[in-house]
Amino acid sequence: MLHEKINNLNFEKLPYAYDALEPYIDAQTMELHYSKHHNGYFNKLQNAAKGTEVENMTLNDVFKNISKYPKGIRNNGGGHFNHNLFWSVMGPDKGGQPSGKLMEAINKHFGSFDEFKEKFEKAALGRFGSGWAWLIVKDDKSIAITDTPNQDNPLMDVVDENGMPILGIDVWEHAYYLKYQNRRPEYVSAFWNVVNWEEVSRRYEELI
Amino acid sequence: MRIVANIIIASLVAIGLNACNQQPENNKEKESEAITYEKDKQASDQSMKSTTEDVPDSEYSFGTLPYQFDDLEPYIDHKTMRLHYGKHHKGYYKKFLNAIENSDAQGRSIIEILKNVSQYSNGLRNNGGGYYNHWLFWHSLTPESGQKPGELLSTAIDDAFGSFDAFKETFNSAAASQFGSGWAWLILSDEGNLVVTSTPNQDNPVMDVSKINGMPILALDVWEHAYYLKYNNKRTSYIENFWKLVDWGKVDQRYKKAINQQEIFTP
Ligand SMILES: [Fe+2]
Ligand SMILES: [Fe+2]
Repeated sequence: MLHEKINNLNFEKLPYAYDALEPYIDAQTMELHYSKHHNGYFNKLQNAAKGTEVENMTLNDVFKNISKYPKGIRNNGGGHFNHNLFWSVMGPDKGGQPSGKLMEAINKHFGSFDEFKEKFEKAALGRFGSGWAWLIVKDDKSIAITDTPNQDNPLMDVVDENGMPILGIDVWEHAYYLKYQNRRPEYVSAFWNVVNWEEVSRRYEELI
Repeated sequence: MRIVANIIIASLVAIGLNACNQQPENNKEKESEAITYEKDKQASDQSMKSTTEDVPDSEYSFGTLPYQFDDLEPYIDHKTMRLHYGKHHKGYYKKFLNAIENSDAQGRSIIEILKNVSQYSNGLRNNGGGYYNHWLFWHSLTPESGQKPGELLSTAIDDAFGSFDAFKETFNSAAASQFGSGWAWLILSDEGNLVVTSTPNQDNPVMDVSKINGMPILALDVWEHAYYLKYNNKRTSYIENFWKLVDWGKVDQRYKKAINQQEIFTP
């Protein structure tokens, strides 16, 4: 998706049913999140790109120089990519721990899986207002945790720390308000029950 | 204590008014509706009371909500008000008190702190903003619908925006296009103009970090927590309904103070 022309992109199907992540993420939130928020970003991206040089570019190239493009491309391009990644790194009957090379990297970099989780949660809770927390693979192949405001992401030239995100959590209030209201910490700790570590590992191994 | 007493008086007045409204020809159904309403109202007052019970004593006052949680129904629902005031606003307030302790901002007025916020921690910026902004928001709203701005402000709005409708449109668009969390404002700018602006997160136009500075006289919270339970993704419907709740009497008062360069009304 990152390497396809923007005007060739599809609004892909959610890889599971709206209620598949219950009770951690409720069906109503999933439906609104996918069919209203994500779909809105996708449509607005297409509208913002239409008739400009951006429609024939890839999201990857646009993100690299996002500071040169209008806000509508930044917000909606980010919104489309970020949500797409988010859906793919979750699933029903998931959770647990990663294995193989990713687990080795996590242990090496963070000391243990628990320490990684703690640091990731801290990033997700410390992000004031709307935004995302990420696990990224940097250019030197090392992994890092970072967070971004609104619909920015670590591929954009406007953020502090660049890299390819392999895991992301949406901490906009729309991601959790119906079920958790002001209790973002409960949402963030529930998230671990739906992480699709096979997919996160697949993304990691593709990059190293 | 004063807060609690106020709430009790407000409840008594509400009960009194309700009793006076009972018409002899009311049928049983209506009576039971009224009783249910009264019960809800008392429950609401109760929860308001418990909301402010654990508010610490401080030179910085939390400020009471100038109406009950369900008074802004159906435009802003009871549950949203309860969470917004009792969890979000109170959370900012408490974190503000923590952030100010041991900082050299201690003892300065909230306005002074906001005006010089770039000198202070992120904690003071976010929570000081959250504390002040929500207070101003509560005092931008009223259940007494259908108010209009007074003559002085109304003329100023016409001069600045062309018409009241044009002003509304500008404000709506600022509120709708503030991407992510934030606020829309009507301010008297430092240059003396009426200006519509918006700020991210809990920033506000008093802060030296904001692009446009001035005295806010009308505030609209566009964080998703302000509308998500009732409106979901439909921020524009929430913004449209906001106009039915604006307390123009208070906005007028703030405008008059602002043009006379009097102290900004604070909690
Ligand atoms: Fe989202
Ligand atoms: Fe708020």
